[in-house]
Amino acid sequence: MLIRLIFIACTFVLLACDSKVPGPENDNTLHQNTSVERRQVNVYSARKEALIFPVLERFTEETGIVVNLLTGDADALISRIANEGELGSADILITTDIGRLVRAKQQGLTKAISSDVLNQHIPSHLRDPAGHWFGLTTRARPIMYSTANVKSEELGDLEDISDEKWRGKVCVRSSSNIYNQSLIAALIIQEGEALSLDFVKGLVANFARPPKGGDKDQIKALAAGQCDIAIANTYYLAGMLTSQDASQLAAAQRVKVFWPNQGNRGTHINLSGAVITRHGPNPVAAKELLEFMLDKESQAWYAAHNHEYPVRKDVEPSEVLQSFGAFKAEHLDLEKVGEFNGAALQLMDRAGWK
Amino acid sequence: MPAVLRDGWTWAASIPALLLFLPVLTVFASLLHIEWEVWQHLAETVLSDYISNTLVLAFGVGAGSLLIGTVLAWCTTHYDFPLRNSIAWLVLLPLAVPAYIIAYCYTGLLDFSGPLQSLLREFFGWQIDDYWFPEIRSLGGAIIMLSLVLYPYVYILSRTAFAEQSESLVEASRSLGRGPAQHFFKIAFPLARPAILTGASLAMMEAFADYGTVKYFGVNTFTTGIFRTWYGMGNEQAAAQLCALLVSFVLVLILFEKFSRRKISYYYQGQRNVRPKCKQLNRLSSLALTLLCLLPFIFGFAIPVAMLISWAIESGLGQVGQRFMHLLVNSFSLAAIAAMCVVSLALLFGYAKRLRKNMAIALPIDLASLGYAVPGTVIAVSVMLTLTWFDKKLDAVLQDWLGISSGLLFSGTIFALILAYSVRFLAVALHNIDSGLGRIKPSMDQAARSLGANRNSVLLRVHLPMLKASVLSALLLVFVDIVKELPATLILRPFNFNTLAVRTYELASDERLSDAALPALAIVLVSILPIILLTRAIQTESNTGEGQ
Repeated sequence: MLIRLIFIACTFVLLACDSKVPGPENDNTLHQNTSVERRQVNVYSARKEALIFPVLERFTEETGIVVNLLTGDADALISRIANEGELGSADILITTDIGRLVRAKQQGLTKAISSDVLNQHIPSHLRDPAGHWFGLTTRARPIMYSTANVKSEELGDLEDISDEKWRGKVCVRSSSNIYNQSLIAALIIQEGEALSLDFVKGLVANFARPPKGGDKDQIKALAAGQCDIAIANTYYLAGMLTSQDASQLAAAQRVKVFWPNQGNRGTHINLSGAVITRHGPNPVAAKELLEFMLDKESQAWYAAHNHEYPVRKDVEPSEVLQSFGAFKAEHLDLEKVGEFNGAALQLMDRAGWK
Repeated sequence: MPAVLRDGWTWAASIPALLLFLPVLTVFASLLHIEWEVWQHLAETVLSDYISNTLVLAFGVGAGSLLIGTVLAWCTTHYDFPLRNSIAWLVLLPLAVPAYIIAYCYTGLLDFSGPLQSLLREFFGWQIDDYWFPEIRSLGGAIIMLSLVLYPYVYILSRTAFAEQSESLVEASRSLGRGPAQHFFKIAFPLARPAILTGASLAMMEAFADYGTVKYFGVNTFTTGIFRTWYGMGNEQAAAQLCALLVSFVLVLILFEKFSRRKISYYYQGQRNVRPKCKQLNRLSSLALTLLCLLPFIFGFAIPVAMLISWAIESGLGQVGQRFMHLLVNSFSLAAIAAMCVVSLALLFGYAKRLRKNMAIALPIDLASLGYAVPGTVIAVSVMLTLTWFDKKLDAVLQDWLGISSGLLFSGTIFALILAYSVRFLAVALHNIDSGLGRIKPSMDQAARSLGANRNSVLLRVHLPMLKASVLSALLLVFVDIVKELPATLILRPFNFNTLAVRTYELASDERLSDAALPALAIVLVSILPIILLTRAIQTESNTGEGQ
């Protein structure tokens, strides 16, 4: 019995392995006239399959270029690209957070490209001036508050929630999370290290509970009355508001977004984006894919399904996002945010943010 | 040339063992250039937390799984109570539940906004600060979660050990005036100690390497620290050094365990077929025992699976389609093939150690088993480093000699995955094989040889039948571990190749727990199938064994 099972298993694996690792692009140009081999592009994606696959499928439909997809954790994928070096097969890396995009560039893994389509549609502060990385969407990290216990008039700047008045009333996730690291990195750049340390110390003193769980858990804790204010990314609340799950929906309805720092530097934002790799075998197809992701339909779908703000100005964000209202976003050199990541982490360690 | 080096076994065992140790060695290689600045920062801020949390977690899980596993094994082998035969395999099922999944389930159930607390508040009219409720997302919670899914390691090994203790032992201790409790603590437990401690040390190694549960619970341990340092500070070197420190802890633990029983050799001399008789109990206590033995199954399997099922119903069956079936097939076949590779290696190593008791063989094998305590991601990255290095060399050589490029021959293939699994799970298989081989007395070999059997027929006719149960349980444990394995699969797999664990993780890490429930359930199902098959195989085996 066992032996038979083993044989069946072997056959399956052989079938599964059949999907060959894709070959280089110049194969196609060499045999342009005779070969029936299809063009390919190899995508490493830190975005989950469900959030990207339909766009890739449409790309294949419209261009005939076959997309090979490998999803994973951003940092691990970057390590893999770095390791594979000149023999690597990845053409394009799609990931979230500016920190990762900058890290890929700094490690020399990216190729600078110039594309009129990309330059036209992506605002200049959301892409690398040299063309190493490009933003696809942005997300904001505002304050969220429980409508039962807090009035919006009580809130102002992000810095204010370190005030004693909020002692034991703030929920936020662990400082191991890159969203918090980027938030503090951006704060250090704009307001300096001393003020940032004071802010983080005050914030830690105001924690309602030791940091745990993800952003959605903080929103649920708000709804349950465990805390009054929280810091969380917009797309989590939007995801809960459009959820099938009645309890998530009910929780989200007890929570509102407050846009801090509207009178000064603006609310912290971050982005999701892509880089084209330096040694990828199919650079032309990779560029085509990147440009395709900025066409109107892709932007609309991609932004709506991720509940993020499209980088294209002529594409509307989803209805839920619009219901949060318009806001003034931080405007700073995003590349620096990536560089200050380590400094932010050490500062949070010193302040005791677990 | 010394005799050791002329011996084929030395080479056959130590070379593959050292190859498997290479990825762990690259971790230690990081110690060549200590990152003093980072260490100073860590020492001033978080390092003491990492150390104390990690130790408390590991020893807590060790103690918890030892308690649950030993009690279960003792009861199911020595007492007769209703459902005893079903319970014997039901309590294995928590193995099929990944630790981070059980953590999600219990959080969903017990958290402040979860159904239980909401119900209590509604029922008693309590407000938020009116009552105390244990916080599941804490160090204590993590210990309970991990113990609930790891105790089967202790149970499997100690059950076999208890079952093979001859009835004459019980009779002897009774005739000398020892009661059942004294018999357990003075005779049965010490005799089964190697098996029990092996199981507990496996559970502890898993706890050392756990990342998913502690991260979700906000407990800062070495593994979370490694990723903070690596990703957050962008300092791969310092992260590897933290990892080296973690592995050193485990090394000390292993050495201590070996040292503590350095002079003891355990071989059973009694008649094998004088199995312990199951004690009959009165009705009330036998029912109580049934309930007690069902508890680990209820908390480690039934409740989390019920939670998953309710989530899956909520999100519907929309995911099930051709692509989902692909995931099932991938997970199952990958785990089956890799498990066979790992167990074959373990058999080779186990025999080499048994036949040649010298350090040239034992040391590399011990080193190769260290991979179990290293977090999966670190193993995966080290395997990736090692393989791409080899691929690049090979490519360069082929370019020079033949003018052809082999590209990345092994990196990004199933082979890379199997290698990583071998590094990571060799210890599981080896512990099982070792304890199986340990039960075959050397005198049996000698007896068989003196009766004219050659080495091969000793192997086929004496060892194989006696080892079958150990090999099967090694296969089972490694198979289930691989089906659940996430980080190495995530980093090393080829294009367009997904597994159930990958899918579950993607959805869960997006905080879409109800969507993650269906692939998580499928992981459980895929793991249950071999558990049932193998339990049946083991039971038939022991039944026919008794009949002879």
